[in-house]
Amino acid sequence: MSDLAIHINLQQQQPIPLAVQLTCQPGELLALVGPSGSGKTTILRAIAGLYQPQNGSIVCQGEQWQNSAQHFFLAAYLRHVGLVFQNYALFPHMTVLNNIQHALLDIPKQQRKIQALQLLKTVHLEGFEQRYPKMLSGGQQQRVAVARALARKPKVLLLDEPFSAVDQVTRRKLYRELHALRQKLAMPMILVTHDLEESTLLADRIALLHKGEILQIGTPEFISAHPKTATVARLMDQHNLFTAQVLEHDEKIKKTRLHWQGMTVESAYQPKFPVNSQVCWMIQSANVLLHRCDRPSNGDKENPLHGSIIEYMENNGLANLLVEIDPQLKIHIAMNVPLHVAKRNQLGLGKKIGLSLLSEGIHLMPYQAIRRDDMYPI
Amino acid sequence: MMDWQALALSVKLSLVTLLFLLPIGIFFGRWLAYRQFWGKSLLQSILALPLVLPPTVLGYYLLVIFSPNQGLGLWLVNTFGTTLVFNFEGLVLASIIFNLPFAIQPMQRAFASIPREIREAAACCGMSPKQVLWRIELPLAWPGILSAMVMSFAHTLGEFGIVLMIGGNIPNETQTIAISIYDKVQAFDDHSASVMAFSLLLFSMLTISFTYWLSDRFERSHV
Repeated sequence: MSDLAIHINLQQQQPIPLAVQLTCQPGELLALVGPSGSGKTTILRAIAGLYQPQNGSIVCQGEQWQNSAQHFFLAAYLRHVGLVFQNYALFPHMTVLNNIQHALLDIPKQQRKIQALQLLKTVHLEGFEQRYPKMLSGGQQQRVAVARALARKPKVLLLDEPFSAVDQVTRRKLYRELHALRQKLAMPMILVTHDLEESTLLADRIALLHKGEILQIGTPEFISAHPKTATVARLMDQHNLFTAQVLEHDEKIKKTRLHWQGMTVESAYQPKFPVNSQVCWMIQSANVLLHRCDRPSNGDKENPLHGSIIEYMENNGLANLLVEIDPQLKIHIAMNVPLHVAKRNQLGLGKKIGLSLLSEGIHLMPYQAIRRDDMYPI
Repeated sequence: MMDWQALALSVKLSLVTLLFLLPIGIFFGRWLAYRQFWGKSLLQSILALPLVLPPTVLGYYLLVIFSPNQGLGLWLVNTFGTTLVFNFEGLVLASIIFNLPFAIQPMQRAFASIPREIREAAACCGMSPKQVLWRIELPLAWPGILSAMVMSFAHTLGEFGIVLMIGGNIPNETQTIAISIYDKVQAFDDHSASVMAFSLLLFSMLTISFTYWLSDRFERSHV
């Protein structure tokens, strides 16, 4: 069976450092996520052949696109890539139909129109054939750009922040459309975004980038819960990030105990970190439980802490809380509870509450210094 | 009255100049717009020189360079048995050189104003560089190209100093309308001079209005 995946390996120091090794399977949507300047778009451009990194090899569906060891670089127009640009880059002097037909120049003229019309139907833009790009809304332009990219019969579909130029409502609609469309597509798809929520929503796997280097690849859920390093945790927008010392590993009850700010915290069993060593640890907001005044439960005994609410925000059916555990040490824990729970417990600024850190949700990472402003990157 | 012979010669000179300037302008304009290379600013300065140099100075140097008594001019005489001073061919060469900035600069701006992503999108659509030029770049840059052409045309039509220096004042060979106007004034033929001057003024006004109108219309329909 032939290999339908795309294999990417890019290495360079200058002018933009790159250390990237990726494989994207057919039908898979891989998101390249990272802050601006992390090299996401450069990688996408390298795949498309619009940028030539010093060292690299790109093989797509068995076809070599770049091999710097053999000084081979296939020009962009000879690669079958579909690229949806951030600002769509539609040809302004051509109608919608003509835009799409221009990605079909390699087939006979009579068939171009038939195929272009079919693609317009796929992206729900029938009736817009004769419009010019400037007469379309942002969402419609994006759909034309997708149709044009698909017209090329791409061996890989590349999406460069395709949702950044539209409003929130349109964006949600386009998310659903892309989600539906991708079920029909059998090629590897690579999405560049700086939006974690977007990548979690759309991607099968994400590759987290920082300064041109891939820090971790995996499903969004896995990386959020098990970041390799504190930097990854920070980039994944994890707020509860601390340092501690390993006290002991209890093999019997499968727990590791940590010494943290004068307290002992029990975490999931992670014996690879030696006793007495310094570590970083984190817990997702969702693994912090509120002690309910009306209904104390067994879970309340797990790493119990007490503090007062110093930030309270309601959003999307959730109440996001920041709880100050120790005013002197400025230990803050972020957590969220369903809005109805917050209402029933009369949560609000200044309210004193009890909470528990679920030990299974406490994840250890190698030690690195954590600056306070890193913990709250808002 | 109107010196039709001189006018015809001027129009012919302008058209022939355009014929050469169009490809030269597109090549250099595109090259300067898209490429970074060593010595780019030096090249741009040299190409812009005719904007600030008095035409007589440029004409003087061309006269020196192409003088059949020495150097390049002598070589031309020996090799091709021809010369480039005091004849129509010399005028064409002089007006091409003199019009370089008027042709290249607007074209360079026109090519530079096409977003990089649009050209890249064309490449990703599978268009070869030649197809990108014909189907994307030229259609999008054409208002700039057209205005460069119109400006160069009008400019050549009215050129005086450089024509006088390198072409002299030979009726039906190098006597253009601008020189003819000068001649008429010298001969106290004020009526003919004013008719010709006014025609030239009207024509220049019309060409410039036309260019502005065209580029305005283009901008409103596409951008």
